[in-house]
Amino acid sequence: MSKQMTGAEMVVQALKDQGVDTIFGYPGGAVLPIYDALFQQNQVQHVLVRHEQGAAHAAEGLARSTGKVGCLLVTSGPGATNAITGLADALMDSIPLVCITGQVPTHLIGSDAFQECDTVGITRHCTKHNYLVRSVEDLPRILHEAFWVASHGRPGPVVIDIPKDVQFAMGTYVGPQNVQHKTYQPQVKGDLEKIREAVKMMAGAKKPVFYTGGGVINSGPAASELLRELVKLTGFPITSTLMGLGSYPASGPNWLGMLGMHGTYEANHTMHDCDLMICVGARFDDRITGRLDAFAPYSKKIHIDIDPSSINKNVKVDLAIIGDCAHVLEDMVRIWRTEAAKPDQAALKDWWKQIDVWRAKKSLAYRPSKTTIKPQYAIQRLYELTKNRNTYITTEVGQHQMWAAQFYHFEEPNRWMTSGGLGTMGYGLPAAVGVQMAHPDALVIDIAGEASILMNMQEMSTALQYRLPVKIFILNNEYMGMVRQWQQLLHGGRYSNSYSEALPDFVKLAEAYGGHGIRCSDPDKLDAAIMEMIESPKAVIFDCLVEKEENCFPMIPSGKAHNEMLLAELGDDAGIEIGSVIDERGKLLV
Amino acid sequence: MNAPAIPPSPYSSALGKSNIERHTLSVLVDNEPGVLARVVGLFSGRGYNIESLTVAEVAHGEHLSRITIVTSGPPEAIEQIGHQLERLVPVHHVIDLTMAKKSIERELAMVKVRGKGDDRVEALQVADAFRARVIDATTESFVFELTGNAEKIDQFVELMRPIGLVEVSRTGVAAISRGPEPI
Ligand SMILES: Cc1ncc(C[n+]2csc(CCOP(=O)(O)OP(=O)(O)O)c2C)c(N)n1
Ligand SMILES: [Mg+2]
Repeated sequence: MSKQMTGAEMVVQALKDQGVDTIFGYPGGAVLPIYDALFQQNQVQHVLVRHEQGAAHAAEGLARSTGKVGCLLVTSGPGATNAITGLADALMDSIPLVCITGQVPTHLIGSDAFQECDTVGITRHCTKHNYLVRSVEDLPRILHEAFWVASHGRPGPVVIDIPKDVQFAMGTYVGPQNVQHKTYQPQVKGDLEKIREAVKMMAGAKKPVFYTGGGVINSGPAASELLRELVKLTGFPITSTLMGLGSYPASGPNWLGMLGMHGTYEANHTMHDCDLMICVGARFDDRITGRLDAFAPYSKKIHIDIDPSSINKNVKVDLAIIGDCAHVLEDMVRIWRTEAAKPDQAALKDWWKQIDVWRAKKSLAYRPSKTTIKPQYAIQRLYELTKNRNTYITTEVGQHQMWAAQFYHFEEPNRWMTSGGLGTMGYGLPAAVGVQMAHPDALVIDIAGEASILMNMQEMSTALQYRLPVKIFILNNEYMGMVRQWQQLLHGGRYSNSYSEALPDFVKLAEAYGGHGIRCSDPDKLDAAIMEMIESPKAVIFDCLVEKEENCFPMIPSGKAHNEMLLAELGDDAGIEIGSVIDERGKLLV
Repeated sequence: MNAPAIPPSPYSSALGKSNIERHTLSVLVDNEPGVLARVVGLFSGRGYNIESLTVAEVAHGEHLSRITIVTSGPPEAIEQIGHQLERLVPVHHVIDLTMAKKSIERELAMVKVRGKGDDRVEALQVADAFRARVIDATTESFVFELTGNAEKIDQFVELMRPIGLVEVSRTGVAAISRGPEPI
């Protein structure tokens, strides 16, 4: 199919041909021709956000919850720079995005024209790839190639910067058939010899553990299915990073809970003492490993990853299998079956016995209260009252995010949207908008902190405009809780600028936007208030007033090993004296 | 649980800051706008060293360029640099010529020397020994052209210094593998 049309029309045609039904964006001078082309059709719905950062996170939310490529359209200069945080977020968490930016006309590039910025220069470090389109004849290829690059290999954001004259120019459009990048051809099938070797190592292991991550989710639902099958076949324990939650069900018998800085005692100790670690689609991030030279010191490590640069980057492994998780897991399951591999049952039994000892620590326990709502309790109730519904959870960043990860249990992949790598406050609400656009009938909840939510609060307006009944569940502790906790740990309890002063009245704020506001501070009334939120047909801001100085435990302090976790000390009212547990080296870390 | 005392993990790359090696990487890339900025930006963004860098188009029809980079770091970092370079979309492939062991490296230098009388004689003798060519001369100066590996050029420059070295312009290292096969 080749047809004469303008560059702007090509953009819209390519979106259609790539199966895009929703694009988030914000207009401006340098993208007016594309907005005009959008206006004259109704196959692709444009969602007008209130800030370009919101467009990027909304596109991430859509992508993460559907497995599709998320799309956004922003103008030159400030439009592009506003989107940067979202692009960086998508790069860190490997979310496929295509971001179309307008640019000043070609002949003005480099002249400091109005709303000119070097978009490809600025975004080079926060995208997987980017393009400046110099001629309308290149545009169709670049558009399709961008979708290919964003979604193949390790996914990531791709920027297409289109000067305004290119948008007006006439050219020949070609469809996406056979478009792939001429050289970028990531390896998806794992090396069978290595997979056989992995199976052999697994069958011989006495203290194995699966350590899984966001790569399993990115690889598609089949990868999660295969992972479950492999766990069942082997009987090995399994833990996951923040990004990987849901690939193995939290109700599954082999589930240890999340690992890492705020992971469970059993997950981190299992990692520390294991003799074989099977890392699937995770990247040995510092939140996971803790002190590197004490990381899983007795283990052999197998690493399955689509990105060769993830191998041996932070931690040296014994066996690396480059490939897409679903492909590798499929081969692994098949080889395990055909070779009739058997795990070492006796050793496994002892291993599970040891794990049960760690589990018995009940590391997520917290001191309940009859008078104030404990943040953990709030998440537990939210989980109980929403678990049987079609629910998607997004979060902001802070303590509430960790409590959500600890106390909200995920049974399926693609249900949990959070900013892991970049840790972007303000992610949750726009992401929820994106999720709700893709799943109009689902219950979409942003578990928020009172500080984070103010960073992209304006997207409430977007939610109202498109009648998106997103629920913002704020654990309002009147502190930037995570910052306060670190100040308590590291800076002698001097709470410099971490108190949430001059907060708005969130109930009135909800009403001002045209949504529904709820406030609750009484544990006895919490269930009814949550039900009111669920049943409201509108966007809701739920101001849940929680214990103000609760700390998030368990915790591996910076610079410590997995077996040096801090647990909440339940007996002591003053909380635990933790100022002394982090040494000088740890203080340098974040 | 009485786990044995923690041995230093052999897996931690944090321990590997010991032996710094010098490697020459040959990177074949699409000759498209911004590709050099991507490569250079990767080095600065991730804190890798560049000791020398050369770039030129090598196959006009296919729009291919070869970038030759001399870098230094511990072996793990150099392995990581290769993978990170390969992750860039316009990069076709990366060869570590130092690991491949069968490569030839050359650099071209132009060296300006000023002097009179005996100094001129001595400069010409040194140049002769190094097979450097005179490409410009005045009554009080020479410009020499010299090719060779980086060490040979270093040595030449050092010998010229007491004679009257004025300035040096070097191209940086270009490299290729030996034998009939392409890299
Ligand atoms: C954009 C951005 N700025 C700063 C930070 C650093 N930061 C991490 S958590 C946090 C506090 C978040 O407070 P709140 O949203 O109230 O959540 P809480 O920890 O209280 O649950 C801050 C400031 C960040 N992650 N993102
Ligand atoms: Mg807070």
